Amino acid sequence: MAFGVRPAAPVIPAEDTAPPPESRLQNGEVVDLAAERRRSGVDEVLRALDEELVGLAPVKARIRQIAALLLVDSARARFGLNTNRPNLHMCFTGDPGTGKTTVALRMADLLKRLGYLERGHLVAVGREDLVGQYVGHTAPKTKEVLKRAMGGVLFIDEAYYLYRAENERDYGQESIEILLQVMENQRQDLVVILAGYKDRMDTFFQANPGMSSRIAHHIDFPGYTLPELEQIGMLMITRAGYELSPTAGATFREYLARRRQQPRFANARSVRNAIERARLRHASRLFDSHASRVSRDDLIRLEPEDFLASRVFSEPLEDVVHHA
Amino acid sequence: MHLTQGTFSHLPDLTDDEIKAQIQYALDRGWPLSVEFTDDPHPRNTYWEMWGLPMFDLHDAAGVLFEVSECRQAYPEHYIRVNAYDAAKGRQTIALSFLVNRPAAEPGFRLDRQEASDRQIRYTTHSYATGRPAGRRYADPGP
Repeated sequence: MAFGVRPAAPVIPAEDTAPPPESRLQNGEVVDLAAERRRSGVDEVLRALDEELVGLAPVKARIRQIAALLLVDSARARFGLNTNRPNLHMCFTGDPGTGKTTVALRMADLLKRLGYLERGHLVAVGREDLVGQYVGHTAPKTKEVLKRAMGGVLFIDEAYYLYRAENERDYGQESIEILLQVMENQRQDLVVILAGYKDRMDTFFQANPGMSSRIAHHIDFPGYTLPELEQIGMLMITRAGYELSPTAGATFREYLARRRQQPRFANARSVRNAIERARLRHASRLFDSHASRVSRDDLIRLEPEDFLASRVFSEPLEDVVHHA
Repeated sequence: MHLTQGTFSHLPDLTDDEIKAQIQYALDRGWPLSVEFTDDPHPRNTYWEMWGLPMFDLHDAAGVLFEVSECRQAYPEHYIRVNAYDAAKGRQTIALSFLVNRPAAEPGFRLDRQEASDRQIRYTTHSYATGRPAGRRYADPGP
């Protein structure tokens, strides 16, 4: 008798689909898809996605499709129909601060609820976590990261740094090869998500066609429009337990319109930083004012001057209003 | 002779699914696992060869099982075991250790008796497999 096989044990067909034999449905029976949906809790994740992430319509649509596919697949499996395990490796492209990491987190949770992944944790790594510094260092390092990510999602931020065209002896290539092998052979154990800027990702895929073909979902994250940024900002302010005074609303909008035009604008991340700085100014305004008593309103209300002190307003800028 | 060392060794050999469930049990308790192999399974041979380093920060059994199958590929005719280490203060020891691979043919052990002074008898267990050089001990099942 050998490990790994046991002839005496009841033969269970292909462990992927593996409907327990007694629950195998017959031709005339029906599956309650709505009940399955409730049980898996997909809707909670999708709703949270809708509420917490502003905009990103194409991304949400694609996630909804994936959820539907997996749910229908599990219903098909109940009838013993052939369900090939879909390839769910993904590539998220988009500008900084468009919510790629957040969506990846939600995706891990969703895939766990739908039974595609066992654990549903997210392991976020960059080049330095995967690529070694000397010969023979890369393979164990990459394998260790892959093992840590098994059962969940491996999120590789700025994946194009793995490949350095200018240096043919770069160890990145070795790491890519191991990644490819595991992405192909151990699809049941982990989902790989690559993320980065669109143009650089495209060059990366041109240099590594094998990688591109193993990724089924190329999802592009559009940048946010001004009203969306404002909505994000309001969401963040409310969540931090603050509110804008009636006049500060317009100032905040103008701030966003100006900041958007400036270099190194990182969408939602810039909005968060702006709010952090406004909180600092708000606190020091209260600290420096000689009023000895402050009301609850004073503590939660951000005034226009909290934003106006920003460097963003001091730099000259044309056609701000047009763009808004 | 069916070697019985470690946990579950009196049961039939575990299937991969059962091994996976045991590994997951260890991971859920926060015990890091390691894979070891040897072709000298003498009961007093405590220190087997390490297959890579112990694996920390894992969440899912698939990662350990991956190493087990890599090790099986490299050493199909060796004994392979999985150890789980409990680092909790006051315990700090191997909490679970079980075989996950064994050679196709296991010739077993011979008991040697040595007559010492004053008609004392000293006993030694001697593995038949160690008659061959290390690395080729279980290579062919033999007659």
